[in-house]
Amino acid sequence: MSNSERPNQLFRNLNAKIASIPMILTALVVFVGGTAWTVLYSFTNSKLLPRLSFVGLDQYHRLWSTSRWLVSIENLLIYGAISLVFSLVIGFLLAALLDQKIRFEDTFRTIFLYPFALSFIVTGLVWQWLLNPDFGVQRVVRDLGWTSFSFDPLYNSSIVIYGISIAALWQGTGLIMCLMLAGLRGIDEDIWKAARVDGIPAWKTYLFIIIPMMRPVFITTLVIIAAGIVKVYDLVVAQTSGGPGIASEVPAKYVYDYMFFAQNLGQGFAASTMMLLSVVIVIVPWAYLEFGGKKRG
Amino acid sequence: MRYKFLTAAFAATVALNFAGPAAATDLEVTHWWTSGGEAAAVAELAKAFDATGNHWVDGAIAGSGGTARPIMISRITGGDPMGATQFNHGRQAEELVQAGLMRDLTDIATKDKWTEIVRPKSLLDSCTIDGKIYCVPVNIHSWQWLWLSSEAFQKAGVPMPKDWNEFVAAAPALEKAGIIPLAVGGQPWQASGAFDVLLAAVGGTDAFLKVYKEKDAKFAGGPEIAKVFKAADDARKMAKNTNVQDWNQATNLVITGKAGGQIMGDWAQGEFQVAGKTAGKDYACLPGLGLNEVIATGGDAFYFPLLKDADKSKAQEVLAETLLDPKTQVAFNLKKGSLPVRGDVDLNTANDCMKKGLAILAKGAVIPWTDQLLSQDSQKQKEDLFSEFFAKPDMTLEEAQKRFADIIASAD
Repeated sequence: MSNSERPNQLFRNLNAKIASIPMILTALVVFVGGTAWTVLYSFTNSKLLPRLSFVGLDQYHRLWSTSRWLVSIENLLIYGAISLVFSLVIGFLLAALLDQKIRFEDTFRTIFLYPFALSFIVTGLVWQWLLNPDFGVQRVVRDLGWTSFSFDPLYNSSIVIYGISIAALWQGTGLIMCLMLAGLRGIDEDIWKAARVDGIPAWKTYLFIIIPMMRPVFITTLVIIAAGIVKVYDLVVAQTSGGPGIASEVPAKYVYDYMFFAQNLGQGFAASTMMLLSVVIVIVPWAYLEFGGKKRG
Repeated sequence: MRYKFLTAAFAATVALNFAGPAAATDLEVTHWWTSGGEAAAVAELAKAFDATGNHWVDGAIAGSGGTARPIMISRITGGDPMGATQFNHGRQAEELVQAGLMRDLTDIATKDKWTEIVRPKSLLDSCTIDGKIYCVPVNIHSWQWLWLSSEAFQKAGVPMPKDWNEFVAAAPALEKAGIIPLAVGGQPWQASGAFDVLLAAVGGTDAFLKVYKEKDAKFAGGPEIAKVFKAADDARKMAKNTNVQDWNQATNLVITGKAGGQIMGDWAQGEFQVAGKTAGKDYACLPGLGLNEVIATGGDAFYFPLLKDADKSKAQEVLAETLLDPKTQVAFNLKKGSLPVRGDVDLNTANDCMKKGLAILAKGAVIPWTDQLLSQDSQKQKEDLFSEFFAKPDMTLEEAQKRFADIIASAD
């Protein structure tokens, strides 16, 4: 009988299976195939055109002894920490405030989400002007009378990455707020009523009851933010093009510059493989928490 | 898979051509000449080519060579080649030629006797790979110029310097008058190019060749090059207040007297011309920074991707001949501020600075430039180092020189 059951399994939901074939092929060829190809060629000395002459780990040795790559990694860590912490905290606070059944909630939500409609390039240009000492914030404050006021993060090597983070937060926090708001709306009214009956203050309810209940929303948000951090590129290009000097370089820009400007594919591939590795480090624990947990339960 | 795509793309172009009228052949030419002076110069080439009965389709890509080259290369390797494209002759297109994607021009070159008319000979050598000629040089561009603003020095009340050392000595007076002594834009190649100029001027021709041609890493880390780094440190201090990115914005600071001077190639001259300034009166130029009067024979050249379409291939030949035509050479180079690639043309209308350049060229005081000597990979590493060096005042000379020597050690 098991023989006749097999085809049944295979042909069940046949339409759905046929419909998903293009996506399966895309995923296999483009994502998996492209990734494998890149990793393979990162062990070669390919210059302008890819060629299979292996040099072992040479590209990686060179990568990790290049000061520009090290600066890029350091910037990514600072930028990552800032956008992770601040967009979660600010996003959640805004959502909690909007959740107080205030008037004009729709208007506020639109205002907060609006920056997300702009691309990183536009965001970068706007903030480049705002932070330019000759036209932007510094000029305005000086015109008001504080002539010694100085605020030029994009022209100061030691704080330029914070200037970039400001623009990223302005752009991305609205989306996080919306995700959080959806999470808050998903909490049953009865929980709040029960907490009020027990006399628990609102901040304690949020901290010990609501936030633990919103765990799935938090994890999804975390993954969205983390992916945005690793791939940051256009914002930097629009705001500073990596300058002053190499002070605001990021890994994605290193990959692009070495693949196309320096005509050194091998080096670019090695750098992008390192980026992939960092994404894997983020994704694997998430997948474990998200899917591994359910099977146990 | 790439080849399949290539043939498909070729098939598409051929099909399109049969559909259209077969009169004048359109030839798309890509280049990165977009600043005022450059655009005026390229219009001369287009005019000359259109006069032959063909049609120049302008494919200008904004944002200087660094942005344009990746686009050009990916179009050629991706199977959508243009009719002709600008590169700096030297090693930028080396691998494209080796992969057989570029057209061999040896036949046309022999027919028109390029080896006799192109001067200096080293220009054609950098177009030659394995004995075959792959590009048409159109001009000679040299980096070795210091442009000085008369207005700025007048305002500061110091005489116009005659060489780099005097310029450095005049820097405090300029700063006191609220003028940036030296304009260096934020694009990485500007810092790196300025250093190479200092190396040839302060270190001398032999030192320049020893570092970049022989790639002697020990010498690059030694005391003679330390002197060059000392000069680069002066330049870094003088440039610290330049808050602009593009080279022509930096040139504009000199034109308007907001900056004292700029180390930049002779293409900057086109900007002075467009602004209506006169050489010798409004601005001065010091080839080799006034220390070592040599000029490098870098420059621009046109390469022709291998096409299957017979009409377009024919038009490519016409364009190659047009580019070296004496009349085109004069018209183009006068607008561009560069020197012509043939010695037999009449340049009476050239200005002071161009005449200085021509005289040096006639003396034969020429050196090859880094585009010819180093791979793009090494160039990029050098750019990273010097853009960091110029932006970071606390980077020590010893550290910078050590890293420079490391780059030279691994250079190819």
